[in-house]
Amino acid sequence: MLSAALIALIPLLPIFCFLLIALLGKNAFPKFCGVLGTLSILGSFVLSAVVAFQYFFQVGKVNGIYQQLIPIKFEWLQFSPNVSIDMGILLDPISVMMILIVTFISLMVHIYSLGYMKGEERYATYYGFLSLFTFSMLGLVLSSNIFQIYIFWELVGVSSYLLIGFYFDRPSAVAAAKKAFIVTRFADLGFLIGILILAFYSGTLDFQTLITRLTTPTDQLNAITSASFMGMSALMWGLVLVFIGGAGKSAMFPLHIWLPDAMEGPTPVSALIHAATMVVAGVFLVARLFPVYSLSCHSALDVVAYVGIFSSFFAAIVACTQTDIKRVLAYSTMSQIGYMMFALGVSGYGGEHGLGYMASMFHLFTHAMFKALLFLGAGAVIHYVHSNEMKDMGGLRKLMPITHITFLIACLAIAGIPPFAGFFSKEEILQAAYQSNKMIFFVAILTAAITAFYMFRLYFSIFWNKDLTPALSINGEGENGHAHGHSKSEGTGSMLMPLIILGTLSLIAGFVPFGKLVTSDGKELLTEFHISFSVAPVLLASAGILLAYNFYKKENEKPQSVADGLKGLYSAAYKKFYIDEIYLFVTKKLVFNLIGRPAAWFDRNVVDGTMNMIATVTEKTSYSIKAIQSGKLQQYSIYFFSGVIGFVLLFIYWWKRG
Amino acid sequence: MGIGLTQILFVSTALFFIGVYGFLTRRNMITMLMAIELILNSININFIAFNKYLYADKLDGLFFTVFIITIAAAEAAVAIAIIINLYRSYKSIDIEDADTMKY
Repeated sequence: MLSAALIALIPLLPIFCFLLIALLGKNAFPKFCGVLGTLSILGSFVLSAVVAFQYFFQVGKVNGIYQQLIPIKFEWLQFSPNVSIDMGILLDPISVMMILIVTFISLMVHIYSLGYMKGEERYATYYGFLSLFTFSMLGLVLSSNIFQIYIFWELVGVSSYLLIGFYFDRPSAVAAAKKAFIVTRFADLGFLIGILILAFYSGTLDFQTLITRLTTPTDQLNAITSASFMGMSALMWGLVLVFIGGAGKSAMFPLHIWLPDAMEGPTPVSALIHAATMVVAGVFLVARLFPVYSLSCHSALDVVAYVGIFSSFFAAIVACTQTDIKRVLAYSTMSQIGYMMFALGVSGYGGEHGLGYMASMFHLFTHAMFKALLFLGAGAVIHYVHSNEMKDMGGLRKLMPITHITFLIACLAIAGIPPFAGFFSKEEILQAAYQSNKMIFFVAILTAAITAFYMFRLYFSIFWNKDLTPALSINGEGENGHAHGHSKSEGTGSMLMPLIILGTLSLIAGFVPFGKLVTSDGKELLTEFHISFSVAPVLLASAGILLAYNFYKKENEKPQSVADGLKGLYSAAYKKFYIDEIYLFVTKKLVFNLIGRPAAWFDRNVVDGTMNMIATVTEKTSYSIKAIQSGKLQQYSIYFFSGVIGFVLLFIYWWKRG
Repeated sequence: MGIGLTQILFVSTALFFIGVYGFLTRRNMITMLMAIELILNSININFIAFNKYLYADKLDGLFFTVFIITIAAAEAAVAIAIIINLYRSYKSIDIEDADTMKY
């Protein structure tokens, strides 16, 4: 039976660990903090595994349908007898799947960091932040109401900010941290307004009640669909605004600009936060409210689908031109999240139509495995050559055999080559797209081919291409400015073990019978597997790989000549289609000059001016009359006597007048 | 023409303003104390004069005078005690020198 205390311990272990490290461990036993953090996550992971096992195979299923369970719930704030904010834990297939992913990837990253961050000055702080993040993310996925999810949403934002800015002595890291925080904050504003709209009309914040009220014909549903603003119903507004919040966290176009810069953080952090867990929070959010999107407001779901497919395609093109390996991975993350988004967007609710939903969650699951693996592998490479740039790498396959093999597995998985994990999930997404929207399907399949190309461009550039000369491997600033000398080994056992585990999982995760476990309505969804359907995507992906092989296997002139041939397009993609520049233009030139400066002028001259004037007048007056207060007794007496005499004269004058 | 109320009031007024003048211009605290005594005595004269010329059958003015003399004696005692203490601290009885608490 599910024990409430055990479930509560899953998020509580990391937060206790964070408090322990922050309050005590940082000063008392800094060297031990890494092990402490790892142990607490191990505990969380074991508990999650137990809970997942019990949920999926023992108590979750009633009459063939997975139920939503609420093992813990208590009232937190009561505004009025009808409106209150509760805190609770909601277990359903997606949240159980998410706690499993989050604790597992977090555990891998913790173990990896034992080697990767060794000797770092703020080693203990790093583990404290990781624990804080894990707690926030677990809280986010377990939230039972929409306000609680918002609180944890902000908490993951804060921990992401702290970890991106971990090397705060580097200006670029500080700028990246601020950028990530501000951009997601703008998106969160939309999320908050969306929450308020939904909560106002449905009269509740609780997920279950809210979904029930907004999907069945009730007064609330009537009210929210009939109220309209600027030609869209309130429901549409609410859902789109909530999606904007999700798009900000999940780096969807045009709010994606923070994600590539966020790679300034330590590489394991990128693996955990900016690849596997936090950035899929947006997908999770849409999945959480999926019944409302799907049943009550399908046009909002279309927005999700088109933003998803556009981001996916856009990011894939940009990824082909980047030279910083972590940025390539960042754009590939954005592209894959776009995949998950449009899979949700094309999905229907329940039964056969819920294929897209299932596929999206499946892809989320497999993507977490191979993308974390890619980042950790990239981390190992960066650790080895002390550079992020592709041109500093090459021929590493002999020097780093384990990294090489696992990286290859991850690349094959993301490219969608059978029988690796990515193949199965991507296949189902494509199938879902094919069934509902042909245009999205064609763009998606094209994106899949581009994905295969840029991933193998990365792979060949790192592990084949030219041979790395010893001189190149030593010079260059280390990604972390590591103080310890250049070692000729691949890395410590703690760095290789997660690579091997994740590599194995990327190989076999595709065989998980996902349709039986995670579906939109909790019922089993039997997926049919069509060999004929898979031919086209696999062939296209193989073509992408062959192209990359041709271009990057050996150092040659072809990539350069192609880039020259596509001059305008290439440089536009290399500059990320000038999105950053557009943002800068809008903020610096338009917002700052047209709104910011007049507002600042008004504030400085009118608002402050009034106050300053009052102060100045008071001050001047005081200066001019302060001489009266001389402190001399006899001067005071003169004033007193002259006053008395003055009054006497006045009285005499009046008395004389009658 | 004998001495009437008017003449006595002239004397007391003169005495009063001599006292005020002394109080305002002297820096020596003993002198200032003497000036205050002059003011008080001018008041006493006023009381006595009004009592004698206007309400000869009553004694209220006399009582007031007795009280004022008593108070003046007490006041002189307190004031001189203060002045002695100040002298011990400042080695001076100039009122301008006692300015420690001014700012």
